[in-house]
Amino acid sequence: MDTRGRSAMITIDSLSKKYGAGIVVDDISFVAPAGRVTGFLGPNGAGKSTSMRMMVGLTSPTSGSATISGRRFADLPNPGREVGVMLDASAQHAGRTGREILTIAQRMMGLPGRRVAELLELVSLTETEANRRVGNYSLGMRQRLGIATALIGDPAVLILDEPANGLDPAGIRWMRDLLRDYADQGGTVLLSSHLLHEIEVIADDIVMIGKGRIVCQGSKTQLLQSAGTVARAADLYALKRALDTSGLHTTVADDGALRADADPTRVGRVAQEAGVALIELRTADGGLEEMFLQLTADTQRERKAA
Amino acid sequence: MTATVVDPVREQRADVYPVPLSRVINVELRKMFDTRSGFWLMASIVITAVLTTIGTIAFAPDADLTYYTFAKAIGFPMTVVLPIIAILSITGEWSQRSGLTTFTLVPHRNRVIAAKAVSSVAVAIASMLFAFVIGAIGNLVGTAITGTETVWDVSLAEGVNIVLGSLLCLLTGTMLGMLIRSSAGALVAYFVYSLLLPTVAGILAASQGWFRDLQPWVDLNYAQAALFEGTLTAEQWANVAVTASAWLLLPALLGLRMVMKSEVK
Repeated sequence: MDTRGRSAMITIDSLSKKYGAGIVVDDISFVAPAGRVTGFLGPNGAGKSTSMRMMVGLTSPTSGSATISGRRFADLPNPGREVGVMLDASAQHAGRTGREILTIAQRMMGLPGRRVAELLELVSLTETEANRRVGNYSLGMRQRLGIATALIGDPAVLILDEPANGLDPAGIRWMRDLLRDYADQGGTVLLSSHLLHEIEVIADDIVMIGKGRIVCQGSKTQLLQSAGTVARAADLYALKRALDTSGLHTTVADDGALRADADPTRVGRVAQEAGVALIELRTADGGLEEMFLQLTADTQRERKAA
Repeated sequence: MTATVVDPVREQRADVYPVPLSRVINVELRKMFDTRSGFWLMASIVITAVLTTIGTIAFAPDADLTYYTFAKAIGFPMTVVLPIIAILSITGEWSQRSGLTTFTLVPHRNRVIAAKAVSSVAVAIASMLFAFVIGAIGNLVGTAITGTETVWDVSLAEGVNIVLGSLLCLLTGTMLGMLIRSSAGALVAYFVYSLLLPTVAGILAASQGWFRDLQPWVDLNYAQAALFEGTLTAEQWANVAVTASAWLLLPALLGLRMVMKSEVK
C-alpha cells in the first residue's frame, strides 16, 4: 500500500463514557502517532471497543474528544479515504458475498473498480472465497475481508478492533508484516487486543487499559525495560551480594533466577567486576505481563484467564 | 492525565472530496438487491404481479374484467411487499450489524436514511409502473380471451392516487424501521399496524357511533384506503393529511432522532 508520505495521528483527549452510574471509559488520553503501531491492550470489558466506537462517531462520548489530525471523524469529507476502520469483522450482512461487501465500500468511497480485485489479492482471498457469502466465512476469512475493507480507500490511519482474533499463527504473522509495512510508510495504526502476546508481537507503542482507565502507556521497549533484568549465575549468592552492594534492589525467585531492578547492561557489568560467571542474562518480560495478569485477574468473572 | 501535545499534522489528501448524496443513494439501492433475501423480495413483486394477473383472468367474472380490477389486484400484494423492503433496508443495518461499516463510511446518519428513503421510493414507483403495464397486458389478454369489451376505467388522476397510497404504505415501513431498528420487531409492528388495527377499527366503528364519525380523522389506514378507490373530496384529502402527519410524519421524526442518537454496536 502507499500512504504517499501523508501523516496523520489520532489524539484522544480526556475521553469518557458513562452509562447511567457505570463508567465504561474513564478520562483516557493518548496519542497514536504516525509511523507507529499503537497497541490498545486490555482485558475483555476494559472499554477498548467503546473507546474505538467513540473515535469513529458510532457512540457519542459523555465528555472529551477524539480527533484524527485535529478533525472530528464526522467532519472528514470522505472518511473511508482517510481512516480505515474495522470494529467487528462479523458485523456484515451474512447474505452478501465478500466481493460484494468490498464493492459497496469501493463505490461509497468513489474508488475505481479495480481496487476490489487488488485488495482481495492483498489479503489473500481467492476468487472462489470472494464469491461465497460471508455467512459461510470462517472468522479468519472475515478478519481478512475486514482488513481489506479498511485498506481499500488507501487511508493514512487504521483503527482495528481485535484484528488478530481468529487468525492462526501464520495469519498473525501476516498481519504483523502488513501493519509493520504500513506503519513504516508513515501510516498510523491503532489496534486493540485482549492478548498481551499479540500486542507484543505487533505493536511499537502500548496503551494498557483496565476498567476504563489507562494503567500505563509508553513504547514497548520502555515498558519492557521497566520490568528489570533476570539473571542466573553459577554462584547466585555471590551475584546477589555484588548487586546489593551496588545498591540495586534484587529478589530471588524459587527457580533460582535473580531479578534486579536495572537494565541487563548494568547487571552484566556488576557481575563482571565481581568476577561472577553468568549463565543467563536477559530483560525480564514479566513486568508487563504481571501488570496485565493483575488487570485480568481483577476483572475476571467466570472465565479462565487466556 | 492529558495527552502529549504534538503539533497535529494537518495534511489533507488532495484527492478527497465529500461523498455526494447521489452516490449514497446508488449504493443503498444496490444494497436492496445484492442479498439473496433482497433479490427474492424484489423478484416476488414481479412474480406476484404476474400471478395475480393470471388469477384475475381465470377467476374474475367476465363483467368485472376491467383495467381497474387488474390494477387493484396487482396493487394489493405490492402494498404488502414494498413496506417490507423499506423496513429491511433500514433495520438490516442494526439486525445484520452492517451499520458498523455503513455509518463509519457515512458518519452523518441522516444522509444514509435519506438515501434509503429515496431508493425505497424509487423502487416503489418502478414497481407501480411495472404493475400498471402488467395490468394493461392482463386487461388486453383477458378481454381477448373472454371476448368482452376492453375497458380502461382508471384515469391518470386515479393512477396517481394509487401510487400515492402505495407510497404511504411504503413510508410507513420506513418510519417503523427507524423507530424500531430491528427486523423482526419492525415487521411484526407493520403487520399489527396494517392487518390488526384496521380490523379493530372496523369493529369499533360498527359498534360505536362516536368512533364512526371520528375514524376518517384518526385512522390512517381508513383515510388511505380512499386513495385506492378513485378520486378524493377535499375533506378526504384533509383526512389523509391529518392522519399521515400524526401516524407517519411525527413517528418518523421521532425515529430519525433515535437513529441519530442511538449507539451502533
